[in-house]
Amino acid sequence: MSTIDFKPGLIQGGRAPGYETYKHASHFRTKDEEFDACKTGMWLFLATEVLLFAGIFVWYSIYRMMYPDAFRNGSSYLDWRWGGLNTVVLLISSYTMAMSINHFQHNRQKEARRNLVITLVCGALFVAIKLLMEYIPKMTGWHFDPTMSHAGGEALTKFGGLFYFEQGYGGKLPGILFSYPFATDPHENMWWSLYYTGTGLHAAHVLIGMALIARVWWFSRPGVENYGPKHYTGVEMAGLYWHIVDLIWIFLFPLLYLIH
Amino acid sequence: MSTLHPTSGSIPGHADDHHDHHDHHGPYYQSKGSFWTNVWDWCTTVDHKKIGVMYLIAVLIFFFIGGVLALAVRTELLEPVRTVAGQVTGQFFKSDEGIGKGNEIYNRLFTLHGAVMVFMVIIPSVPAALGNFLLPLMLGAKDVAFPRLNLLSWYIYFFGSMFAGLSIYFGGVDTGWTFYTPYSTTTDPDQSRVILMVLGAFIMGFSSILTGLNFIVTVHKLRAPGMGWFDMPLFIWAIYATSIIQVLATPVIGITLLLLILERVFHIGIFDPGLGGDPVLFQHFFWFYSHPVVYVMILPGMGIISEIIPVHAHKKIFGYRAIAFASLGITAVSFLVWGHHMFSSSTELAATIFSALTFLVAIPTAVKVFNWILTLYKGSIAMNTPMLYALIFLFLFSIGGLTGLPLGALSTDLHLTDSYFVVAHFHYVMMGGTIIAFVGGLHHWWPKMTGRMYNEFWGMTGAILVFIGFNVTFFTQFIMGVQGMPRRYATYVDTFQIWHVVSTIGSYILLVGFLVHLFNFIASLRGRVAPANPWGALSLEWYAASPPIEHNFEHEPIVKHGPYDYGEVVPFHCSEEDYPLADKPAGASAHTVH
Ligand code: HEM
Ligand SMILES: [Cu+2]
Repeated sequence: MSTIDFKPGLIQGGRAPGYETYKHASHFRTKDEEFDACKTGMWLFLATEVLLFAGIFVWYSIYRMMYPDAFRNGSSYLDWRWGGLNTVVLLISSYTMAMSINHFQHNRQKEARRNLVITLVCGALFVAIKLLMEYIPKMTGWHFDPTMSHAGGEALTKFGGLFYFEQGYGGKLPGILFSYPFATDPHENMWWSLYYTGTGLHAAHVLIGMALIARVWWFSRPGVENYGPKHYTGVEMAGLYWHIVDLIWIFLFPLLYLIH
Repeated sequence: MSTLHPTSGSIPGHADDHHDHHDHHGPYYQSKGSFWTNVWDWCTTVDHKKIGVMYLIAVLIFFFIGGVLALAVRTELLEPVRTVAGQVTGQFFKSDEGIGKGNEIYNRLFTLHGAVMVFMVIIPSVPAALGNFLLPLMLGAKDVAFPRLNLLSWYIYFFGSMFAGLSIYFGGVDTGWTFYTPYSTTTDPDQSRVILMVLGAFIMGFSSILTGLNFIVTVHKLRAPGMGWFDMPLFIWAIYATSIIQVLATPVIGITLLLLILERVFHIGIFDPGLGGDPVLFQHFFWFYSHPVVYVMILPGMGIISEIIPVHAHKKIFGYRAIAFASLGITAVSFLVWGHHMFSSSTELAATIFSALTFLVAIPTAVKVFNWILTLYKGSIAMNTPMLYALIFLFLFSIGGLTGLPLGALSTDLHLTDSYFVVAHFHYVMMGGTIIAFVGGLHHWWPKMTGRMYNEFWGMTGAILVFIGFNVTFFTQFIMGVQGMPRRYATYVDTFQIWHVVSTIGSYILLVGFLVHLFNFIASLRGRVAPANPWGALSLEWYAASPPIEHNFEHEPIVKHGPYDYGEVVPFHCSEEDYPLADKPAGASAHTVH
């Protein structure tokens, strides 16, 4: 733990902030011991996450060898720019998450919370891009178009042109649901199964990570201020989790979007 | 050095401990008020001892269910099924729909037997039940590192087993406990029971992961002051090694089962060849988890034996470090040998490599066995139920391990694979090893857990019955297996009948043996009150009261001697008259326990 010199202040009502009054669980000898234990536990948990995704990566490598054409063809439907944008979004969020921890350690509560919010917004942006620009068009053929340039045109539209329909684009679904009419390889549905399983499992992790961060944000609100120089276990753990989610994407992105 | 001092209350975090109002000094299970107050207290407890007891009760119930299924399987096998003049004879699971239906019922029963015994009994038996109770006590800690996570693990286990129970309620599965594809992707396509069973195993996996994680951190962070790594009891080493496997192997089965569920729901081709998938990939994934997991099953059992033998032989364990490192060695090698379950479905080169690696496992295993035997040599052996079980373990586990060798050798395995020889092999290791050690450990720590002594005569009687019943049941299966009796069939040719009959009789003897234990345990709850250290043992759990108080120890212990320094120090709560010190003049080193 860092040993930064710090003068405790009082928050509204003369109550000491949560990180000042925090008492570690009684079966630990010291607060540091508790922190170390949590950290060890979290690292072990991250190892299990990596192993979980290892199954997806093995699946990927074997089926890429077994059905090279289906995979080459399938991956050519993915637009690396959306994947790339999402990569950037996640990298920024990892940075703000790390900054948030740093701010808490130095008791800059406002900055810390601001960084948490940016992290959350990035997480939401990631999921939104995934859904609107990738999952929904590929599955249904409905494209998202914030410029509404198709309104009044020939294409079918919804929500005043916010979505427009492209014939013969959708149906890229996993397994038995696959109905894309222009598939050139009989095993193309396997590529989509892998794509949705891998990215879907990852997206679920993004959502869990966001929930953890939101929890930290809630307990750091003025009047509670649970995290500060002397106690920031919760933030640190949420941060570690968030970084592994980022890291897994860093591997998924090139495998799915860049290798053709 | 032979003293054990309580701390003077100056340990940080100790002083502010006495804030709530109930009595901290009674037994951990003492009543907290009305019946429902107590129910609520147990359901929400974060006390590792209560959680351990809850696991124990669940495991024993599932052991009973799994046992009934096994007896049903054995009863079907009393007679080969024949069709004589259009009449089916010898089928226990009769059905109007003919032999096929009876066979299907049989398939479901042995599948459920295997799945219940593996996922719901053996895996949680020693680590989750005894481990939870003992690990913090043996380390001199107040609890595991994450008590609430511990309770969560218990609930995950509970809900996972509910899913499995639902699956059984809807008719159960017939895929074999290994869920091999394409059985598991194609049978009962219109039913949810395969999914429910797989989901149950998937959920229980998380319980296993979180328990393992919790234990690893506990061992790292919560050892009592003065307890270095090599001052830990060997049971802790075993649990530690087990936990590593649980944490590193279980996620792989997690993703495998998840993919299996997706494959069934969306018909995505991963493991099912009919959909373009690869069934051998499933086998690789499955055994990458399940071979290491056979060591999740046996390592804790070995840990129990490493405690029972020195305590009841009252002798320092021979080769402490060798046994500790053997646990870690087994852990490491266990991740490299999964292919030996797939000799008949892999390439020659792969099979040869896996075969060679498999023999490596035998080395650390044998190191342990020899060390236990050398510990017994010239010990002052107290022949009681735990010791008897330790000896039974040595005998049965040696047979189980040695018969692993012909299975690990390619040429012999091709003859023996999928035969009763394999069935006998893994029962000798899993039941003759783990379950035997578990029951022995239950007797050994029963006084600590309940505060009562069991009856020694009936304990020994039960042990002898179990020993006889076990060998009658399973040794016959080696013979049948070598002669070619395949596993997983309800029907067989008449020549095998004699062996099947003997084996079935053995299984009934086993039942009687376990019932004797059950009644003995129940009776003991009204029996003699146990002293704090009935066996004169040196590890820290015996320093606590029997049963321990809620926070385990009145004062945090500081460790000043090893857990096996027999003859060098007088055990806690004991007098030197009963436990004379070997190489020192009497009275030279009597120690005080406060
Ligand atoms: C010296 C140590 C061991 C060796 C060399 C060994 C070797 C083997 C081999 C080669 C097989 C595959 C046989 C076949 O299917 O053809 C096998 C099966 C099995 N072994 Fe072991 N084994 C050892 C110890 C253990 C232990 C300690 C356990 C469990 C506590 C265990 C549990 C099993 C189980 C459950 C199976 C059968 C799985 C199935 O197909 O359903 N083994 N063993
Ligand atoms: Cu194996």
